[in-house]
Amino acid sequence: MSKNDMIFKFENKPAIYSVGTVAGKKEWEGALPGIYDCHCDDDTFGMPTWEQSESEMQRLALNHALAKLAWDDGKLGLLFAGDLINQCTSSGYGLLDFDVPFLGLFGACSTLAEGIIMTAFTVNAGYVNAAAAVTSSHNCSAERQFRFPVEYGGQRTPTSQWTVTGAGAFIVGRRSLLDIEEKLIEAKNASQSQPSPLFTHVRIAEAMPGRSIECGMNDANNMGAAMAPAAGDTLLRYFTVSGTKPSDYDLIITGDLGYEGHRLTGELLAQKGIHLGNNFADCGLLIYDRERQDMHAGGSGCACSALVMGAYILPKIERGELRNVLFIGTGALMSQMSVQQGLPIPAIAHLVRLIYE
Amino acid sequence: MDYLWAFIVGGLICVVAELLLCYTKLTAARILTIYVVAGVFLTAIGLYKPLVDFAGCGATTPLTGFGYALAEGVKKAVDERGIFGALTGGLTATSGGIAAALTFAFLAALAFKGKPK
Amino acid sequence: MIPIYKKDYKKYAEKTAQKSNVLVCCIKAFLVGGAICTFAQWLYNMFITRLGEENTRLLVPVVLIFLTALTTGLGWFDKLAKHAGGGTLVPITGFANAISSAAIDSKNEGWVLGLGSKIFTIAGPVILYGTLASVIYGVVLYLLKLAGAGGA
Repeated sequence: MSKNDMIFKFENKPAIYSVGTVAGKKEWEGALPGIYDCHCDDDTFGMPTWEQSESEMQRLALNHALAKLAWDDGKLGLLFAGDLINQCTSSGYGLLDFDVPFLGLFGACSTLAEGIIMTAFTVNAGYVNAAAAVTSSHNCSAERQFRFPVEYGGQRTPTSQWTVTGAGAFIVGRRSLLDIEEKLIEAKNASQSQPSPLFTHVRIAEAMPGRSIECGMNDANNMGAAMAPAAGDTLLRYFTVSGTKPSDYDLIITGDLGYEGHRLTGELLAQKGIHLGNNFADCGLLIYDRERQDMHAGGSGCACSALVMGAYILPKIERGELRNVLFIGTGALMSQMSVQQGLPIPAIAHLVRLIYE
Repeated sequence: MDYLWAFIVGGLICVVAELLLCYTKLTAARILTIYVVAGVFLTAIGLYKPLVDFAGCGATTPLTGFGYALAEGVKKAVDERGIFGALTGGLTATSGGIAAALTFAFLAALAFKGKPK
Repeated sequence: MIPIYKKDYKKYAEKTAQKSNVLVCCIKAFLVGGAICTFAQWLYNMFITRLGEENTRLLVPVVLIFLTALTTGLGWFDKLAKHAGGGTLVPITGFANAISSAAIDSKNEGWVLGLGSKIFTIAGPVILYGTLASVIYGVVLYLLKLAGAGGA
């Protein structure tokens, strides 16, 4: 084991207390319909440009997450946020309203995992009592920046993925922080039927940040294949160092590998003698009804994992249906310029272990 | 009959582009560029004019027809003005289409706001 | 500990990737592309009796360009193009859609450096290389004529 193969263990087990999710129309009507906190039928969120719509989603998401705790922003010590738009402007503008120190992140679609790891570091170390990880992506702003004008009529290849419109805000706090408030929450939850608006049992146990990896893929219409080696690399390192095997986990879920990346990651790990079973899933495959919505290889974008993890997987952990989950946020670290220059696409995959406690 | 041949020839020219989209990594913008240059080239070697005579709008509507118009315009201008015609002929012949595309696009931008897919 | 050799991986990923159904795509492209050209022919036959050949040759693409700009603005064109692929790309409609979609999309960045320059994002290369090819053809024609005149 080399030094950089370290698994970061959070002995204080920071907790994810509250999540705010905001979804676009296609996500709201997708394979996990109506589970998000709010949505907008024309994807504009009342804003004149797509970039401003995306910022507005971040603002709404963090507001929802805070409102569930009945907190104001004064309780947050730090904000970690990022998105796909150049220089992370969606985060910069979207979080203007919050009077909280803000550290911008770029991890492409792995930003949520990166943000959760950063909140866990700072909370576990005791620097702050609570911090939030916020991220967003918007199909129209991403299409404009990375591909073609929104109204441009083009044919999409079967390997292409659909950028998810949405935003998620995850509030992470010290485990003992809410002792009193937890009781209130439990009383509140008991009176309300599911889904639970707050989490009291979701803990961040470990993290293993990924490395930048490229395997020669330069097709921007097949991001899943570009990201699969990174996901495989992180998982392989994690299983090796921790001495565990895939069947030790209730769920191993990647961020947005889509059909191609999901398949290739399984095949790459099988070559190394690690066989992922039915507990291997992908947020990009879960979020849409690929057949009905004509989504080709599935969803992608920062919001893909934020919506599925925040509104679907974490409630399952909260209910105790899943007790040991590996979440691997995947991202493709290319820019429009690097693609035009024909460079291969580097990818990254950050691993976070979430447990029920 | 002219409708039938326009349909078949126009359709086949589109199928070639579809095959390029399916089997190569060529982007749409590259295919359009290739088609225009191919139209100029095929006209220059004398292959495209017979196709236009045969299929009418089936050959002039695809972007190869834009190349055909460029090449025919240049030919006419070189006949009339010599070497200066090489510079003026192409764009003169296609100026109407380009001006229309730019004008209508501008008006569309004034009239419409972007919508999500 | 990178799981696989780079060269093999790219080849493998591309070989095993899901492919589009080429036959279905080609049939759609053929039908839509053919229909657009037939419509153009119908316009041509309508105009030719009244306007003469030169005006008709101009007016037919202009009508197609107008209809494309309108349907692009209404958000209909991309829904058709998603299925038609080459069938809407290659006729003058694809060129007009590239221009008008860029115009609509970029007006928020301003009328000069937004709309004014982005309108040529996809159309620019077509106009550039088309013009370049025509100039080269013109020069070749001129040289051939000189050679022909010199020989005579």
